[in-house]
Amino acid sequence: MNLTLRVWRQKNADTPGKFVEYRANNISPDMSFLEMLDVVNEELIKRGEEQIAFDHDCREGICGSCGLVINGRAHGPLAATTTCQLHMRTFKDGDTIAVEPWRARPFPVIKDLVVDRNAFDRIIQSGGYISVSTGGAPDGNAIPIPKDDADKAMDAAQCIGCGACVAACKNASAMLFVAAKVSHLSLLPQGKIEQDRRVLNMVTRMDEEGFGNCTNIGSCEAVCPKQITLDNIARMNRLYMEALFKGILS
Amino acid sequence: MAVSAQSLQPSRAGILSLIWRSSLGKKYVMAITGLGLFIFVIAHMLGNLQIYLGTDKINTYAETLKSTPALLWTVRIVLLVIVILHIIAGIQLALANRRARPQAYSNKKVVASTLADRTMLISGLIILAFIVFHLSHFTLGFVNPQYLHYVDSMGRHDVRRMMIIGFSNPFVSVFYIVSMGLLLLHLSHGVSSCFQSLGLRSTRTIGFFDKLAKVSALLVFLGNCSIPLAILAGILK
Repeated sequence: MNLTLRVWRQKNADTPGKFVEYRANNISPDMSFLEMLDVVNEELIKRGEEQIAFDHDCREGICGSCGLVINGRAHGPLAATTTCQLHMRTFKDGDTIAVEPWRARPFPVIKDLVVDRNAFDRIIQSGGYISVSTGGAPDGNAIPIPKDDADKAMDAAQCIGCGACVAACKNASAMLFVAAKVSHLSLLPQGKIEQDRRVLNMVTRMDEEGFGNCTNIGSCEAVCPKQITLDNIARMNRLYMEALFKGILS
Repeated sequence: MAVSAQSLQPSRAGILSLIWRSSLGKKYVMAITGLGLFIFVIAHMLGNLQIYLGTDKINTYAETLKSTPALLWTVRIVLLVIVILHIIAGIQLALANRRARPQAYSNKKVVASTLADRTMLISGLIILAFIVFHLSHFTLGFVNPQYLHYVDSMGRHDVRRMMIIGFSNPFVSVFYIVSMGLLLLHLSHGVSSCFQSLGLRSTRTIGFFDKLAKVSALLVFLGNCSIPLAILAGILK
């Protein structure tokens, strides 16, 4: 396959970026999107030009490192797919493909297509954990957990923190990410103990980072590679309200 | 490392202020005030549809509303506060949303979105302009002061005559119908969205709430627009 790429090139957060056109020739339809970028980069090295910087690690859809906006859609046109799991057979020979980084004020561009997602780590540090004593691993079945709750918690725990929800949201809102973390922990008995202060502190941190607000559209849910649902945002809305009431009344 | 208890649990005053300061709290304000305004819109329409039942019915209804000034003014002040909160919160949220994405994408298409959800701010602001005109026109009498002096055969304010003369002006009727079209758009997203903001919607019930929003928004549009259309067509005279 031969393709034309329009790639966002940006030196750093302080320098304005722009689209630059590249040819991607002799691409196998079986390559992943990242492998296609590797081929383009090898060409650039041969020509002595600066390579296109992009984030990646596991290349099997579980680490949450890769993430590109491809033709205006986070992680490309397929549902439930990370950029590394997207194959070139999804495109047609001769296509022009626009490649951009996640765009959000809390995700400043480090270089080209790589953004700084430390804002997510700071949100996790504000409450996305449970406080437990260290020591030997407890027996897995010591605390009975209803199957429905376990299923919902595991669905929420699928979130890999890639940031596609922020990238796709017209308001650059991080609600789906935060809601997945809040839901995953608060649905389980170990996480219920710190439920109120967790949701209060994580939402406060999310707001301080400068993410936008949820307008209940569902772009996040549509692009999420792990199919995290809006139900989690509704749950977070409930838990936050509950925590506010308890905080005011106590 | 010991973590101070203060950093873990905000104070009561801090929590109270979160209702207005936090993203989620402000969405509750939008949702609750929005639901209040939606209920008002339905009640207002049902009241006005009595114009089809004759002069006596609608003028009695108007007289009843104004018979207890304390109640009337309580409702008016509550509505005013609700409208102001809805507008201020909505504008603040929209500005924060714009700040959150300083660099736009090359492809402006928003995945899974509808015209209604992308235009909530502009449809809301035009509806606000309409409300100001509508109140000046029929309630405050700024536009045509003689409207408030129409009297029916029983000595009551003749609301029916005021409506018929008011909507006989095609410019007034067209602005009214266009505004109702925008209200249709605004409600078709807002009515379902407020249940999500309050945490009351789920994958199982989203279909119901979306239908509720679209059907009720359409009924409000048809019910309200039928009045100027019937007047212009000469059915109500």
